[in-house]
Amino acid sequence: MYDLAVPALDTARLRGATYADVRVMHLRQRDLTTKNGKVGTLAQSESIGLGIRVLANGAWGFASTDRLTREGVAACAAQAVSIAKASALAKRSEVVMAPEDAYVDSWQSPFRKDPFEIPLETQLALLLAADAEMRRVKGVTLTETDLQFRKIDSWFASSLGSRIHQRKVISGCGIAATSFQGDEIQKRSYPNSFGGQHALQGYELVESLDLVKNAPRIAEEAAALHAAPQCPEKTGTLILGASQLGLQIHESIGHPIELDRVLGEEANFAGTSFLTLDQLHHLKYASDIVNVVADARLDHGPGLGTFAYDDEGVPAQCTDIIKDGEFRGYLSNRETAHLVGLKRSSGTMRTESWNRLPMIRMTNISLLPGTWSLDGLIGDTDDGILMDTNRSWSIDDRRYQFQFSTEIGWEIKGGRKVRMLKNPSYSGITTEFWNSCDAICSRDYWTLWGTPNCGKGQPMQTMGTGHGASPSRFRNVRIGSAFSNQ
Amino acid sequence: MSAAAKSKTRVAAESKAAGELLPEREIRRIMDTVLGLAKKTGADETEVHVDEIADALTRFANNGIHQNVAEHGLTVSIRTVADGRTARTTTNRVDEDSLRAAIESSLALAQSQPKDPRLLPLLCNQRYRSVNRFQKHTASITPEDRARAVRRACDLAIKQSQVAAGIFATGLSQSAIGNSNGLFAAYREAHAEFSITMQEGSAASWAKANSADVRAFDPQKLAQRASEKVHLAVNPRELPPGRYTVILEPSAVLDLVGFLFYDFAATALEDKRSCLTDRMGKQIFGKNITIVDDVYHPLQLGAPFDGEGLPRQRVLLVQRGVPKNLVYSRTSAKAARKKPTGHGFHLPNEYGEAPMNLVFSGGDSSLEKMIASTNRGLLVTRLWYIREVDPYEKVMTGMTRDGLFLVENGRVTSAVRNFRFNQSVLEMLRNVELLGPAVRATGEEAFEMVVPAMKVRDFHFSEVTKF
Repeated sequence: MYDLAVPALDTARLRGATYADVRVMHLRQRDLTTKNGKVGTLAQSESIGLGIRVLANGAWGFASTDRLTREGVAACAAQAVSIAKASALAKRSEVVMAPEDAYVDSWQSPFRKDPFEIPLETQLALLLAADAEMRRVKGVTLTETDLQFRKIDSWFASSLGSRIHQRKVISGCGIAATSFQGDEIQKRSYPNSFGGQHALQGYELVESLDLVKNAPRIAEEAAALHAAPQCPEKTGTLILGASQLGLQIHESIGHPIELDRVLGEEANFAGTSFLTLDQLHHLKYASDIVNVVADARLDHGPGLGTFAYDDEGVPAQCTDIIKDGEFRGYLSNRETAHLVGLKRSSGTMRTESWNRLPMIRMTNISLLPGTWSLDGLIGDTDDGILMDTNRSWSIDDRRYQFQFSTEIGWEIKGGRKVRMLKNPSYSGITTEFWNSCDAICSRDYWTLWGTPNCGKGQPMQTMGTGHGASPSRFRNVRIGSAFSNQ
Repeated sequence: MSAAAKSKTRVAAESKAAGELLPEREIRRIMDTVLGLAKKTGADETEVHVDEIADALTRFANNGIHQNVAEHGLTVSIRTVADGRTARTTTNRVDEDSLRAAIESSLALAQSQPKDPRLLPLLCNQRYRSVNRFQKHTASITPEDRARAVRRACDLAIKQSQVAAGIFATGLSQSAIGNSNGLFAAYREAHAEFSITMQEGSAASWAKANSADVRAFDPQKLAQRASEKVHLAVNPRELPPGRYTVILEPSAVLDLVGFLFYDFAATALEDKRSCLTDRMGKQIFGKNITIVDDVYHPLQLGAPFDGEGLPRQRVLLVQRGVPKNLVYSRTSAKAARKKPTGHGFHLPNEYGEAPMNLVFSGGDSSLEKMIASTNRGLLVTRLWYIREVDPYEKVMTGMTRDGLFLVENGRVTSAVRNFRFNQSVLEMLRNVELLGPAVRATGEEAFEMVVPAMKVRDFHFSEVTKF
């Protein structure tokens, strides 16, 4: 594909670009779903094209095309330069790019079983078996299952001389049981809601999660929730399951640390951030036991934010975000790094596809494990509520005030889970919440969760991000606020 | 397929200039190629969707352009039917080998599953009501035109010691469907959008418009409106959470009621996940609420046919507060022994159908009249990050954003810190006291609809944030 990318760079240079980078991407996707024992979606897709970003007259332009001929690519590169020159009519300042080396490399994410090589019949049989197990449970009125696989090849070339090919294989799966009774809809999902778990893995991810074995349990819980007492409204102790904590990290740490938000570049859409530049190395973001990193390296795990190079040609890195509770770092790119005193980008420029501009995105934003066992944590809690599996999430556009609800809650009294609670929810202010964290479970309970649906940018881009977390405890949290009716 | 035909297909996809769409005859040629190949490959029936976009978007922040993009894309989506089974494969490669591979992939997917007893034969050719949403003025907008408009808006911000951020987007798209039973339908539209956030200190305000015709809005007037409003939004007061009378501007109404659309799908009721389950025919909204789905409304955009090529019908969904009708795909209509309404999604899918062109009946009140009639309440510019808390009572949570104002004794008296709300949309539509004229509203949570501003009593704010 470099035979298309390199001429695009040449055209851009001849037209007046002082910098250019090109991504040729080939994306393949398979989606399988079932509903109530019948096949729902059964679809496969592929998309291939080229996107070029250029700097000309000190301003940015980007154009993309699916016409992968020399003429089509040259026209696209010329269009990008024309757009950059139009941008210069209303540019705000000169672009300063942090230096970066040129790399020539090829990398493939490791996987044991290529999901596109597993027979479709095998994949559908698995979903239909899990679906049948859920439908066996009385009171369940809707059953859903899904599998999603992606294979993404990208060829990056820049005017710095980089030539980087990366192949990523991503798998995802989940099941859900819904129960309608009286005037209430209750739902349980496994291993997570909104499509389940997603990771940079092959079909081995699906096999490891044992959907069929877990199907009866979540179906029974969905039906049982109707008879469970309502989660009380109070201020108290909260234990979050790992997947819910992963989303809490995403919304209240991952987004606020995006430097483009901090600098106002997302003010019209995704919002800004309370983490103004003066907060760096000063803000007590969280309690002393909280350590959060942005880690895109494979060493961190096969997350949706794992890669070898970002889409600006910068190698994957691990950055301290919160160290012993103190705010230590942002997510940056080559253009913004110098604004926070960095000599180099932290490597977080990512694009959804060939037709989208790379932008600062989360990689794997993870809470490092603590020391507790889950039994020990529950045993140490005299009065609290354990909440698991997200049902709704919302946070203000500067990332202060949030509210989450989960599918299921468990009341904890005297160190024991005593009964199921329905409609659990909690809310708070980001820094107050993280400063109230007093216990984090160990690596034995730590999972690198995948969030496949993070939206940002205009035109909108959907990106997968990773969030490692283990169950953790928070004190003095407002509980039950979503269903309060003052 | 002959070598000559193959050559023509390639030429069709490569000969046009950037920013233009293929002529309809070339779309038909791609479809004919697919249908011919599929017949030879052994498909019993074949349906082809061809979708093309040529979009451009200029993005600005901190009073300057920081992102400026253009894209062209064409996809061919092929659904084959074989022995009572169906599946879909989509590609953006239009050479003959790639199209053949996509057909074979679709057939392999289809044949991997059990027979579907609900699968219906493909439609034959239909008659469509014409709509004209391809505005040439929008198509003629250049990057320089967008940059100059952005420059004027940013100059205004600089003059007012404010900071502007936003987008100016223009584009063209077309969608066509054809099948092996002779059906063919095609639709083209232009679209333009300008959105601006003005910031003054820690305050922000916002204005946005969207239309097929770029002349339908004036970016500078939107910038002016946001600029004047943000000046009123500085130094917000903190008020306690609770129930307030609210005056919701059309964008705020849209982003809340927009979450209702799928509840009107027959499949959602069949699956018992609609808030209308067991509520059809009952007085669940106020008598001042009437809703239709109408793709032919002059303020609407969208194709006059659904995912199977069936003509969309105007459907009365709610009459004077009573849900009267649902929308149906062919499959859900057959199961319910109703007539399909032309709202089905592309097959195969598990969601069935949805009304995509909601139009609320409005009233004759203006925002000014609503404010003048309010002793104590809140004026809401827009809402943000709305999510469903309770699907049956349709309780939604979210935040106010970019301009929340206290109204006292008939006038706006101060800015107010943003609130979180937890509010049932069903209850809200029972508590509407005044309605403005219905307008084409655009927000960030729901797709564009035709809705009025509303004055609503007892709107529930549960918590307050820091700004």
